[in-house]
Amino acid sequence: MSGTGGNVTLLDETLARAKAENRAALVGYLPAGFPTVEGGIAACTALLESGCDVVEVGLPHSDPVMDGPVIQTADTIALEGGVRIADVVRTVREAHAATGKPVLVMTYWNPVDRYGAERFAEELAAAGGAGCILPDLPVEESEGWRKAAERAGLGTVFVVAPSSQDARLARITAAGSGFVYAASLMGVTGTRESVGNEARGLVARVRATTSLPVCVGLGVSDPGQAAEVAAFADGVIVGSAFVKRLLDADTLEAGLDEVRELAAALAEGVRR
Amino acid sequence: MSSDYFIPDPEGQSPSVAGYFGAFGGKFIPEALVAAVDEVATEYQKAKADPAFAAELDELLVNYTGRPSALTEVRRFAEHAGGARVFLKREDLNHTGSHKINNVLGQALLTKRMGKPRVIAETGAGQHGVATATACALFGLECTIYMGEIDTERQALNVARMRMLGAEVVPVTSGSRTLKDAINEAFRDWVANVERTHYLFGTVAGPHPFPQLVRDFHRVIGVEARRQILERTGRLPDAVAACVGGGSNAIGLFHAFLPDTGVRLVGFEAAGHGVDSGEHAATLTAGEPGILHGSRSYVLQDDEGQITEPYSISAGLDYPGIGPEHAFLKDSGRGEYRPVTDDEAMRALRLLSRTEGIIPAIESAHALAGALELGKELGSDGIVLVNLSGRGDKDMDTAARYFGLLGDDNDASGTAEGENA
Repeated sequence: MSGTGGNVTLLDETLARAKAENRAALVGYLPAGFPTVEGGIAACTALLESGCDVVEVGLPHSDPVMDGPVIQTADTIALEGGVRIADVVRTVREAHAATGKPVLVMTYWNPVDRYGAERFAEELAAAGGAGCILPDLPVEESEGWRKAAERAGLGTVFVVAPSSQDARLARITAAGSGFVYAASLMGVTGTRESVGNEARGLVARVRATTSLPVCVGLGVSDPGQAAEVAAFADGVIVGSAFVKRLLDADTLEAGLDEVRELAAALAEGVRR
Repeated sequence: MSSDYFIPDPEGQSPSVAGYFGAFGGKFIPEALVAAVDEVATEYQKAKADPAFAAELDELLVNYTGRPSALTEVRRFAEHAGGARVFLKREDLNHTGSHKINNVLGQALLTKRMGKPRVIAETGAGQHGVATATACALFGLECTIYMGEIDTERQALNVARMRMLGAEVVPVTSGSRTLKDAINEAFRDWVANVERTHYLFGTVAGPHPFPQLVRDFHRVIGVEARRQILERTGRLPDAVAACVGGGSNAIGLFHAFLPDTGVRLVGFEAAGHGVDSGEHAATLTAGEPGILHGSRSYVLQDDEGQITEPYSISAGLDYPGIGPEHAFLKDSGRGEYRPVTDDEAMRALRLLSRTEGIIPAIESAHALAGALELGKELGSDGIVLVNLSGRGDKDMDTAARYFGLLGDDNDASGTAEGENA
């Protein structure tokens, strides 16, 4: 928590404020560079202006093995558009500067490994980033990154799953900061008809190991589901539903209207 | 406990506890798969210590697969190899037509031990998919095979074989629509269905313990070949050669020769249209260390860690990664890895067919092309042992197009497309 530059403290405060308001936080996700770099910046900013407390900016990857078809398609569009890591960092900078809210990056590990963990952490922190979610970097392999992140004042959010054993949960949450990302079900990203009962049990098991806030993601797409999850979690993470609004829209402006509307509806959901 | 065909690694040749061969390997997987991957590792350790497991696998390898596979000296082929003696380890004669069955039967037995009713697998050339579908038929397991859409077209015969065996074949339309993307899709399936599903990984890549356990199930190739060549020639070969995509047949051949420091271990990777063309799958020649499909190894990638699309005429070698133990052997200098182009491989395929009456898989033809080179370097005193990892039936459509064998012209020897390139 002691590092310089990065905004992990802003993330902590934001989640604490939501808790003080007796509600769950709303965390939105969109990949950078989608549908264009400028469009992505506008969309991330729109989420934060319309009800999201936190945004995760995805770093598009050629091989998104943990993502379903919606985010795969968005990543492909972003990469075909030539998105670079500098564009991801700029998306974080501009979305944060426009709103003053915490912005994280969610990325597969290889791009950071290749770019250099320290270089990436420093640039993300300098852009005002709050932290990073690295879903395929297991805690055992994470020490180098965590040192770089801590020096830069960035949080490291680990993902836990319903299949995680209690002893592992303790080890993971001890290493993490910012919040814990609890996957609501066993599967890849994408909207689901229902957000399984597994999530509630997992959140309870996570809470037994840590005082970090626990946010639930995977499958949440509408205000009803958001309200359901908000009843037992500290935050509700929504990704594919936002991406799908932008994918399905005829124009960027129409897409931005759609995501604003969804963000507002979800923000109402987490306050029920 | 003694086993003739299941011969896992001796002490001192295992990866580290975290799954590293030197700087390569590890376990870069989503948290949702950690429990399942650990279960595979634990079950494998138990199986290795259980004489009943080795006995059951041995029985299958002999009476179902047809081990030991033959060692064939190819004298007419060798006339084109500088006069060196060339021997082929005939994994093409295994049931299902390639080396892949060795690993598949081992992991199918593990699947049964874990009590999982469903198996998924990726396949490139279709050989691993056919072997997996075969084992699932034999053991009564549900079977889903992921295969890049491009590969389902160029290996259509194997798609039909898998479906005949009762497997569901899912064409994968994402990314480059080849092996890499099939693996991505298999991982996505596994995360969602892990409780009742084993991912029967087909090569010596992926997260620990797959590089170790797949290699152990293929070690029999080199153990047999070493014994056979000693019996036939009274000495060890100067070089052992194999094609490398993910690297399973190569590590299977190489491993028993690791302590024989006088034996060169030479892997031949797919150079496609040439390493300089940008259209190739020569990962160890042109790649850089990175993470793909759960482990650190050499990877074809750009300067920001995006995986670049590979190319090879051979579906089985058309992969931008490589098993971590090969990366370790390369960096340590124990292994040598060289590129072979499409054209060189196809010429070797035709040469072996016409001099020996053996039609190799296009994958294996890369090793044959390499052996011609090695033979010339070694001269007439040399002995080269080549892993003939698969048979070429599946490739006849590709070969017929390449050589212009379709239509009425019976003189198929003619100058082929690209042959003079």
